Amino acid sequence: MRNIWTIANREYKHYFISPIAYIVALLILLVLGIYFLLILFQVASSAYYMGTTTPPSTDDILGLMPFLLLFAVPALTMRLLADEHRAGTLELLLTSPVHDWELIIGKWLGAFLFLLTIIGITLIFPIILNYWLVEPGIDQVLMLSNYLGLILLIAAFLSIGTAISALFKNQIAALFATMVTLFFFWYLIGWPAYVMQSGGEIFRYLSMSTHFFDGFLSGSVSLGDIIYYISWTVLGLFVGTAAIEMRRWQ
Amino acid sequence: MIRAIGLTKDYGSRRAIENLSFEAKQGEVVGFLGPNGAGKTTTMRILTGFMPPTYGTAEVAGFDIMNESIEVRRRVGYLPETVPLYPDMTVFEYLKFMADLRHIPDAEEMVDDALEMVRMTQRAEGYIANLSKGMRQRVGLAQALLHRPEVLILDEPTIGLDPAQVVEVRSVIREIGKERTVLLSTHILSEAQQLCDRVLIINKGRIVTEDSPENLQARLMGAERAVLRVKGEAEDLLPTVSKIKGIQDIKVRADGALEFQFASGMDVRPEVAKAVVKANFDLLELSPITLSLEEIFLELTRDNAPVKKGARDA
Repeated sequence: MRNIWTIANREYKHYFISPIAYIVALLILLVLGIYFLLILFQVASSAYYMGTTTPPSTDDILGLMPFLLLFAVPALTMRLLADEHRAGTLELLLTSPVHDWELIIGKWLGAFLFLLTIIGITLIFPIILNYWLVEPGIDQVLMLSNYLGLILLIAAFLSIGTAISALFKNQIAALFATMVTLFFFWYLIGWPAYVMQSGGEIFRYLSMSTHFFDGFLSGSVSLGDIIYYISWTVLGLFVGTAAIEMRRWQ
Repeated sequence: MIRAIGLTKDYGSRRAIENLSFEAKQGEVVGFLGPNGAGKTTTMRILTGFMPPTYGTAEVAGFDIMNESIEVRRRVGYLPETVPLYPDMTVFEYLKFMADLRHIPDAEEMVDDALEMVRMTQRAEGYIANLSKGMRQRVGLAQALLHRPEVLILDEPTIGLDPAQVVEVRSVIREIGKERTVLLSTHILSEAQQLCDRVLIINKGRIVTEDSPENLQARLMGAERAVLRVKGEAEDLLPTVSKIKGIQDIKVRADGALEFQFASGMDVRPEVAKAVVKANFDLLELSPITLSLEEIFLELTRDNAPVKKGARDA
């Protein structure tokens, strides 16, 4: 566990001196901020013109997050192991008394903590809604469900990115491979469910977006959805570890 | 202690090392010599647990490299050929990170000691990105020494250092080699001659020969050669010297000295000295000509070089 923390700590600190990490953080917060203002504007105008108000909630804002993460996660994970391989520092880590799984989990955890920090900053939106804009306050259970889903989704996305980074020596290749994989499991895999007359349910189940939008974002937390994202996370970490092990045998 | 038994490594269809066996004892500095692509780095990577061999096994510090890899890695200090550093970290942060991965107690103190050993204390707070190549090499060496390893494996440890730093690093290695096992690869043959108790010459993935640098010189020569220099024309001594029993292949060198050959173990130099004095010549020099390690290296690693007596078909 100590090695995992040592590696995670280095990764986490590295993000704070990395321009890419700053750009990612800035874009997420900027886009979400603009989106938040647009939602407020829309609510205000519908109240003005139609006299009806549906108070904004966290799911309105966080619904955009998966789309942003499809780009942010590959940018954050691309260098995790690919760059260690390119720079030769992987040799240093693989000859240190560190298990391959500790290395992978440590890398993943560093990125996870960084994204959690950004997610922590997004709490400002529900706080603004709760204390200043929505009377008598937002639905906090819904908010917790949204954030739980988001955290689990980030864990799963990052583990896929970490695994792919372990497979490549070139960061850019890792970036695109992660992006394509995430897009596939977010959008494409669910499509047959809309086309097929029967038997499409499996594709619907496999789609990462179904569990997020139909589950966590709508406020219904099910054990199945939690297990689904945890399974992805474990699978990604397992594949990443296997990729490192494979590299040793090459 | 290192004991390699029949190490073989295949990269796809290419065999990098074949059936390599050797030992390095505690308190011994063993040099690994060989041309580029001979298999030195591959062997070192196997011994440090970076990758497994295709066949064979090895014991390092009493642990099996395959089944007890973590224990091996705990006890080995390794400086790879390309010094693995994080440019975004300061020297101290980097060494502290490595010390934490090794669970070193009193990590900060050990980092300070390692920095002192490689004379980098003054640059501890400097970023690695701003260091010269020589300084980076020294930081890499500090990383390898950090945990006072039982076994130190160094791939080209003095490459990129200036002459003063080379002397310092060699003295550090010599000091460590007194108590621990050191395996180092080098292209600088004089370095192997100065540092190593034993030299393994490796070519095309096989150990061509192994011995102490001195024994290698003696063994390879078979016949020994000597040079004779006197005051005046040495050529005048040709008739006198050629009569001495055991002397072969006498020639006059461009510098006026005489060079001759005699069978190993039949040192004719006392007779030569007596003959020179008897002929009323003033003797200036009568010394053996030894092959440098460079010559031995070239001799043994050229294509179709015969494997010399005592060489292990490792």
